[in-house]
Amino acid sequence: MFDGLLLLPVGLDGMYASQTLGWLWLALVASGLYHGVNPGMGWPLAVSAGLMDKSPRALFRALWALAAGHLLATLLVLLPFAFLLVLAQWQRPIQLVASLVVIGFGVYRLIDRRHPRALARIPPTQLVLWSFAVAIAHGAALMLVPIYLGLCQAFELDAGHKAAGALMKASVGMAVLVSLVHVAAMVSAGGCLAWLVYRYLGLKFVSRSWFNLDVVWAISLVLVGAVALAFNLASWR
Amino acid sequence: MTMRPDPTFHASPKLAMEAPAENFAYTLLLSPDFSKPDALAVIDVKPGSPTYSQIVHTVTMPNKGDEFHHFGWNACSSALSPLAGHAFIERRYLIIPGLRSSRIYIIDTKPDPTKAKIHKIIEPEEVFKKTGYSRPHTIHCGPDGIYVSTLGGGGKDGTNGPPGVFIMDCETFEVLGRWEIDRGPQTLHYDFWWNLPRDYMVTSEWALPPQFENGIVPEDLLANKYGHRLHFWDLRARRNVQTIDLGANHQMALEVRPAHDPVREYGFVGVVVDTTNLEASIWTWWRDGGKFHAEKTATIPPEPAPKEKLPPLLQGFGAVPPLVTDIDLSMDDRFLYVSCWGTGEMRQYDVSDPRKPQHAGSVHIGGIARRTPHPNGKAFAAGPQMVEISRDGKRVYWTNSLYSTWDDQFYPDGVPGAEVMANVGRNGGLELDKDYFVSFPDGYRAHQIRLEGGDCSTDSFCYPSV
Repeated sequence: MFDGLLLLPVGLDGMYASQTLGWLWLALVASGLYHGVNPGMGWPLAVSAGLMDKSPRALFRALWALAAGHLLATLLVLLPFAFLLVLAQWQRPIQLVASLVVIGFGVYRLIDRRHPRALARIPPTQLVLWSFAVAIAHGAALMLVPIYLGLCQAFELDAGHKAAGALMKASVGMAVLVSLVHVAAMVSAGGCLAWLVYRYLGLKFVSRSWFNLDVVWAISLVLVGAVALAFNLASWR
Repeated sequence: MTMRPDPTFHASPKLAMEAPAENFAYTLLLSPDFSKPDALAVIDVKPGSPTYSQIVHTVTMPNKGDEFHHFGWNACSSALSPLAGHAFIERRYLIIPGLRSSRIYIIDTKPDPTKAKIHKIIEPEEVFKKTGYSRPHTIHCGPDGIYVSTLGGGGKDGTNGPPGVFIMDCETFEVLGRWEIDRGPQTLHYDFWWNLPRDYMVTSEWALPPQFENGIVPEDLLANKYGHRLHFWDLRARRNVQTIDLGANHQMALEVRPAHDPVREYGFVGVVVDTTNLEASIWTWWRDGGKFHAEKTATIPPEPAPKEKLPPLLQGFGAVPPLVTDIDLSMDDRFLYVSCWGTGEMRQYDVSDPRKPQHAGSVHIGGIARRTPHPNGKAFAAGPQMVEISRDGKRVYWTNSLYSTWDDQFYPDGVPGAEVMANVGRNGGLELDKDYFVSFPDGYRAHQIRLEGGDCSTDSFCYPSV
């Protein structure tokens, strides 16, 4: 939920640029931690895998699968934006539309509160697919778009004076970096929690720690989108 | 939608056993001659309560002729499935299908079991239209919805197409449609259950509606035309992957009881009668190397009886078949309880070694020939039938009716509803509780029991006991 607030400095030129950058990276890591501790993103699956096979190795295998799925989902959502950024003169409309899409998805999640139960029909052996589907269905990857666009802007990857090829390379590189940092934070947080429950806290923690984050999650999306939108509009004048 | 998982959801069977004991038992009442509407009785089972072992509330349905049989919860511990990723529903609604009418009642048990009321009624036409199935039977709460097995296919007598499983939404109770994508050789249905993390389902076979609705058909039984196979399914792919024939003489493979601990890839099934010798049997099934196997691991012999003590149906045999009509496995997977509805016995087997069940305890009550009274002196008509075990494994409850028309054939003197309870010894052994005996209103029979907060044939788990 705080991701959005951290975006505030986006777009302030010059003196604030390095500070902005710091906040954006922080927001990126924070979003990873937030997704990681959310049981809906899969850490209890790693606990279950570890206990079913009576082996910590199975727990880590499951974590890898979850990380891979989440990474794929993030890349799938960020890469189209990376390609679009080549159209430098369109950068503001792109940012605008991206913000609106994120807000729109958040509002949709607020209105349609029914959980996609079909996710439970993915076989437990296909954790990569499951993690990918969950990240897409919940808009976890979408939440990163404003942060990504903010970082691109801060690094001036959207600058019109660069050659298209170089620009594309840079924006794709940034998308990969953003995804990797986010997933690293996510899998660290989720992995720590899974290991603590597996090794020390016990299974009671699974049901005790499980809060319904649906509304918070939806509001996070709306906030991230709204803050990005506000900055775009403000810096447009 | 709740903010926290329901406190009656437990990650593992062990946690379920440690939870507070049940205060209420829900029992289905049926009017065998269809003269009265069927009902749900709420029974006080809290020791020391002034209304202990009495009905404290009844929900009477607005229709007649439903024939209540089995029922279940809208949600249970399976909601903690990490694949569902969303445990925010309540164990709140009882789903009660009418086996004869195909009507489904949704009963709201909140805010208090003593105020339970009808929440929704799904008319038979909706079930027919959306699934092509009829005669809904067993209810299981899955992580992605409510699974309902049926005994009939389409058409008036339920023989137009095979019966199967359909899914309902666990919050709106909308009938979503058929579960099977590839049923393989399966044409009959009865019970089903699963192992969620190991991703398989097991289903069993009773008979098609013309073979049970108007009573047991002796010619069909002696011709081995009742069900005798187990089907194993890929749960998520919804595909029949293996069928095991127990042998045609093993007629009516009914209740399927997988181990609760999901690391244990085995379970049990009861066979009502062997047509070669009237014996009943317990079978153990297991998965090994990706293949399922099943073998007969316990038998219960028939008991000879003089002709005058037998109903016309059995007089030619001069013996009472045990008729194992229900089995139930304790939450720790240690004791298997076996109802011998014919001989009037509740057996307890120690199944710590699942392929070598050890007879550990027994009580006699009722029975075609024995007619053993309850220790409190009251008569117990028919024999032990639907059995339910408390989560902690210390109390075993059972009722006495099998199915309206079959009751009349095996117990022509009548089957007034009764529910009793036995206490389980620390290391096995069973003893009927003198103070627990529920009598039901005149004209009603009692069938399945469900316990407040879950029981041993409701909850399934995605984490092992550690």
